[in-house]
Amino acid sequence: MAITIKMPALSPTMTEGTLASWIKKEGDAVRSGDIIAEIETDKATMEVEAIEEGTLGKILVAAGTEGIAVNAPIAVLLEEGEDKSVLAAAVKAAEAAAPKPAAKQASAPAPESAPLPTPKPVAPSKVEAQPAPKPSPQPSPQPAALVASGGRVFASPLARRLAKDSGLEISRITGSGPHGRIIAADVEAFAASGGASAGGGIFAGVGQGFQPAGTRIEPHSNMRKVIARRLSESTQTVPHFYVTMDCDIDALLDIRKEINDTDETLKVSVNDFVIRACGLALRQVPEANVSWGDDGMTVYDAADISIAVATDAGGLITPIVRAADKKGLAAISTEMKDLAVRARTGKLAPEEYQGGTFSISNMGMFGVREFTAIINPPQSCILAVGAGAERAVVRDGELGIATVMTLTLSCDHRSVDGALGAKLLGAIKELIEHPVRLVL
Amino acid sequence: MADTTFDLIVIGGGPGGYVSAIRAAQLGLKTAVVEREHMGGICLNWGCIPTKALLRTAEVAHLIERADDFGIKAKLESVDLKKVVARSRAIAGQLSKGVSGLMKKNKITVIDGHARLDGLGAGGVRKLAVTGADGKALEGITAKNVIIATGARARALPGLEPDGKHIVTYKEAMVPATMPKRLLVIGSGAIGIEFASFYSDLGADVTVVEVMDRILPVEDADISAFAERAFKKQGLTIHTATSVTSLKVDKGKVTAEIAPKEGKARKETFDRVILAVGIIGNVEDLGLEKTKVRVEKGHIQINQWGETGETGVYAIGDVAGPPWLAHKASHEGVVCVERIAGVAGVHPLDVTNTPGCTYCRPQVASVGLTEAKAKELGHDVKVGKFPFIGNGKAIALGETDGFVKTVFDSKTGALLGAHLIGAEVTELIQGFVVAKTLETTEAELMASVFPHPTLSEMMHESVLDAYGRVVHI
Repeated sequence: MAITIKMPALSPTMTEGTLASWIKKEGDAVRSGDIIAEIETDKATMEVEAIEEGTLGKILVAAGTEGIAVNAPIAVLLEEGEDKSVLAAAVKAAEAAAPKPAAKQASAPAPESAPLPTPKPVAPSKVEAQPAPKPSPQPSPQPAALVASGGRVFASPLARRLAKDSGLEISRITGSGPHGRIIAADVEAFAASGGASAGGGIFAGVGQGFQPAGTRIEPHSNMRKVIARRLSESTQTVPHFYVTMDCDIDALLDIRKEINDTDETLKVSVNDFVIRACGLALRQVPEANVSWGDDGMTVYDAADISIAVATDAGGLITPIVRAADKKGLAAISTEMKDLAVRARTGKLAPEEYQGGTFSISNMGMFGVREFTAIINPPQSCILAVGAGAERAVVRDGELGIATVMTLTLSCDHRSVDGALGAKLLGAIKELIEHPVRLVL
Repeated sequence: MADTTFDLIVIGGGPGGYVSAIRAAQLGLKTAVVEREHMGGICLNWGCIPTKALLRTAEVAHLIERADDFGIKAKLESVDLKKVVARSRAIAGQLSKGVSGLMKKNKITVIDGHARLDGLGAGGVRKLAVTGADGKALEGITAKNVIIATGARARALPGLEPDGKHIVTYKEAMVPATMPKRLLVIGSGAIGIEFASFYSDLGADVTVVEVMDRILPVEDADISAFAERAFKKQGLTIHTATSVTSLKVDKGKVTAEIAPKEGKARKETFDRVILAVGIIGNVEDLGLEKTKVRVEKGHIQINQWGETGETGVYAIGDVAGPPWLAHKASHEGVVCVERIAGVAGVHPLDVTNTPGCTYCRPQVASVGLTEAKAKELGHDVKVGKFPFIGNGKAIALGETDGFVKTVFDSKTGALLGAHLIGAEVTELIQGFVVAKTLETTEAELMASVFPHPTLSEMMHESVLDAYGRVVHI
């Protein structure tokens, strides 16, 4: 009899989740232990392991569907020897069992009338062995195909207490004791590894009784999730190194004043100069305008500069000034103003922020003297721009005053070596300190 | 011998060796044990078991002396030492036969003789040079794996060499032909203290000399202090922080030079001296010289799995270092064999979960960390203590001396150690061992129901005491 696979509860607090992707396709053979899909919750992306064998008959919830209630049917598994004839009935039954606040599904199944088979109760999943909460208004009477039904987490009393005291969810810890029992050493190892072994954070237990009064959990926006995932990925997988240089920008400020005084309609910013300088520098040092790939280096011809802009909603987006090496300052300035306004209000078209070969993050307006930025993969470099400020400088053995701006370039060491990073930053500095070249 | 190639050969048939062999046989390994003396080893033949038989005699004698307390008219007339020793030997013999029976049942080949490692043969199997009990070499014995479980023997100190008659080790002390009037016991570890207690109970005037500042130095300081007081009350003389610098035998008497750390050395004369100053591993004549097996301070160096550094050669039990306990050897052997057989999920022995028992009067039993050691390791501790005098069963038994002490980590509630002294505590300790192995906290121990009336109630009370909830005191 066909088996309904339901949305698993990956943590005791989980009420709904996003079906991030299907690893198995309809028609694929599924063996016990196979990863069939990836589920994304507010905390983590976790793999869903099959515990029954068969063929994935029908996917009921398309990849990317959000807000799927725990226990909602997500697919139908055909057991050995069953053919598609039972599928329609199983799908129908699964639909009938679905909780009412149905997810916004990307693809709707086509139910047909047929007798209702009962989903068969199955063994607890390895993913989650704690009793699953029943957040759904219409809890399903059958245990979900992939979720424990009142399963017990085997853990020593000391392990339980250590986990509780450190705010760790014991069910996320893999046990090494007899029959997989979780022992104190497992909790300690889990805590020491930052709780990474099961994809949960060390503070994954927040919200389960240890928060001071007034603490609350705000759901993440999609943008926040993307930022979190991409930046974590970047710091974890990209070997960063940093090179820093000071630029004397007095000449640049003089020219800027002259330009802005000449044309009332123009208001060129220091950042516009920096964008232009980066575009030209990438032209001069094309070997740094690349992306690391496992199969080979992607070499860009275009110098498309992504500029980090904080959005009103509290996120971050990087609109792109394309071909910055081929555009004049006035054009860059006008384009950037338009992009920035629309970026802040979330009105950019995807092609306006997707892509780019190099990034700039400018925190000068916040009075930041210097900082380091996280590379925006697959790009190789990001330039962190500090505030221009008057500083004491030594020139020819004499102490003087100059307006100085500190630039820090973060480089992906896989694609850009130290000398190359220094060469690129040197080119940027050279252009900024000789701004006539930027207006040519 | 019909068959000479094995998956595993265990050298030594003591509690480490024979238990390893049985576990190996259970796991389907073709196994042999080479034993040069008796199956069961020292433990069964010259250690744990025969001493327990002797101590039972001492206990009975002690009870007869106290018969009046229980309303019985009886008098201890005399001790038939020959019969006492004969009983002890008979028990050892019975158990040794039992072990041989177990070997047969598990289809383990037992080779009477002495084995040495003898290099590698074809296919990387280990060759063993085995000399049979008759002195003849047994040819062609090979094994894929070898476990060295040869145990240990009494250590001798310079100037304090045993002569087997007046200056003896545990082996002769166990089979006395006569009772000494004045006995000197050098060393107050488990072996020394057990003999001191036995001879004292049977009427000898016993002096114990210990170089450390307290007797039973591996036990919790509270236990050592309590035991010392109890022994002194029984009439034993105890000198701590003292060493014996020389022993001279003259006309059947031994003159010992006794030198306290502070103060003047003096000479005392005894009828007999028992040396119990530790043990060293039986590492000689095993063919280790041409291997990567390392021997340090008389013991084979191993990792947590019993591996020696020489592929396919393992060591377990006393020969591989302290604690020198039969049950530690057995457990280490099982871990080692399961590792060899590739059993999944094997955990190495956790020494802090290994109990130790000393069968003196009063008995001593402990598991885990002492209070001092726990503090030294940085634990913030909660300590509970409950005396025998507060326990109904203890009073009914007429055994009101002793206490149960428990040490907890105050942050996590983990049971770090338990230290018991008094009647039958060697039978109580395993409750704490199970608790510790299961990683229980104070909460589960408090929530456990202990039967009334039993001595075990003191275990509960001790835990309650650590958390300010003790009931019967």
